[in-house]
Amino acid sequence: MYPWRLTPLLLLLVTAFGVACSSNNPKTATPASTISSVASVAAVKTASPVAPATAAALATPARTPLSTPARPASPSPAAAAVSGAIIVFAAASLTDVFNQLGDAFKKAKPGVTIKFNFAGSSALRTQLAQGAPADVFASADQANMDGARQDGSIDGPDQLFVKNKLVVVYPKTSTKVTSIQDLAKPGLNFVLTDPSVPIGNYARQSLAKLAADPAYGAGFDQKVLANLKSNETDVKAVVSKVQLGEADAAIVYATDAASAARDVATIIIPDQFNIIATYPVAVVRNAQYKVAGQAFIGFVRSAAGQDILKQAGFIVDSTTGAASGAVVLYPRPAN
Amino acid sequence: MNAGSVVPEAPTAPASRHAEKAAGIPRPHGMQLLALPEALFVLFIAVPLVALVYRAAQSGQLWSSLRQPIIRDALRISLTTSLATVVLVVLLGTPLAYLLARTRFPGQQLVETLIDLPMVLPPVVAGVALLMAFGRRGVFGDALNGAGLNIAFTAKAVVLAQLFVSSPFYIRAVRVGFQSVDPNLEEAASIDGASGLRTFLSVTFPLMLPSFVSGLVLCWARALSEFGATMMFAGNLQGTTQTASLAIMTAIQTNLFTALAIGVILLAVAFAVLLVFRLFTRDPLRI
Repeated sequence: MYPWRLTPLLLLLVTAFGVACSSNNPKTATPASTISSVASVAAVKTASPVAPATAAALATPARTPLSTPARPASPSPAAAAVSGAIIVFAAASLTDVFNQLGDAFKKAKPGVTIKFNFAGSSALRTQLAQGAPADVFASADQANMDGARQDGSIDGPDQLFVKNKLVVVYPKTSTKVTSIQDLAKPGLNFVLTDPSVPIGNYARQSLAKLAADPAYGAGFDQKVLANLKSNETDVKAVVSKVQLGEADAAIVYATDAASAARDVATIIIPDQFNIIATYPVAVVRNAQYKVAGQAFIGFVRSAAGQDILKQAGFIVDSTTGAASGAVVLYPRPAN
Repeated sequence: MNAGSVVPEAPTAPASRHAEKAAGIPRPHGMQLLALPEALFVLFIAVPLVALVYRAAQSGQLWSSLRQPIIRDALRISLTTSLATVVLVVLLGTPLAYLLARTRFPGQQLVETLIDLPMVLPPVVAGVALLMAFGRRGVFGDALNGAGLNIAFTAKAVVLAQLFVSSPFYIRAVRVGFQSVDPNLEEAASIDGASGLRTFLSVTFPLMLPSFVSGLVLCWARALSEFGATMMFAGNLQGTTQTASLAIMTAIQTNLFTALAIGVILLAVAFAVLLVFRLFTRDPLRI
């Protein structure tokens, strides 16, 4: 009615702005400020010594699964009765297989209910940093797991539980792309995720490897990225763009290609140019159900869990499962 | 303006207008009971907005964030696409609004409902619908390809998405505007010898100007805030299809401050929109 009536609101916003500027104190560690601040990961790493845990402890995770000084686990006599309503934040590429794993886990532990939040790992990291309630975080790369640790969202160890490979996908009905070389053809609609999302990062690394090979030629990656038409926010969005035929080609995980096999065709990226995606999983620091969360991680790394992952096309090996006895703990030895 | 021309406004200061109103409306008992919950509700709206500005300012990086290419590109794309949308809406929507306001034809109700539909449709559904129609595998995909029209992943797709979701706001407002103009006035003008165009420009349009401006501003604001349909239909590439809303979504995955900075800019724009809106219309929600 009268524009000057808005003045109080304007004043309020300006005041908030002024107050905030003056209280710009580095000591007020806001969740926000931890995201971009490049705190030393190394310092955090050395500061969290981890007692060696045995494979047996992981196989029956309810019983003091991982004893770290930072997170004293409560010895629970009722090892079998795990209960709770756990929330699992998982990378988008895990969507199908984690739903299966969740069903199998609920059968194994009737006292536990499980809910999933699937998104790009970087989006999940941000949600955790902003205090979203979660018990378990499964990332598609180590970078976002380390980032979450840096944010203070994760304090216990993280464990490798599965691996994945990259492939090129294209719409089944399309003939535009038949080889990896074709990705550099001008005018192609090529789609990836943003580099902050693991698959977008891995795909760019793989393209760089290809460019280093004379068969593809220097500048191959630049030519392919010149065709980039969209930076989606998770791998499932990339796959759907290919399924719809909007995109002519994309680089996604082998498992996503497999679950969309009805609509998309796959080109294998040779091992020497491929990037092996490694998925770490950890209990969230502010988890409401840490024991149940750890039980879920134990299940994912158990023989049964690894079998489900393998069926879905993921790579499981001696480093990913608990049954093998090889347990990769945080901090991992430098390799 | 319309109301003002019929009922002359009392030439009083705003303060006394208040008093007049308070005296005129009978006050039911127990109004005080509503004060606390309603104050909380107003806070509920105010607090997130204040928090957005507060956090952005607290970061101390607001101004440096604003110079990032991602923000410059996003604002450029948002501005150009939304202005293109508004121009298209005015060109295509005004005649339609006039038709709906001044004529009666069979199926009119249906057409009116259809045109209003995108306003209440979830934007993501709008995005999927656009894909199904104009995507490369859409119903008209082959025809568009044949015509050499490449829409996928271009700014054209962004404009189409915005046009789809924001046009109802303009058409609705302008239709009501046309309806509010007394046809007798237009008739009088034409009896006095004014041509159709002259009548429109000197009688109809000035009388419906508030509706026109409010429709324009609402439509532009909706186009500027469009997210769901754009994400679905146009993709997300910086400098090509990444609008300010999409840039927030992308930035929040890596750098919250960038997201906050764009948020503050959009808040400022929204504020300015409301200001213009109130300048031109007596009743802010009359559409």
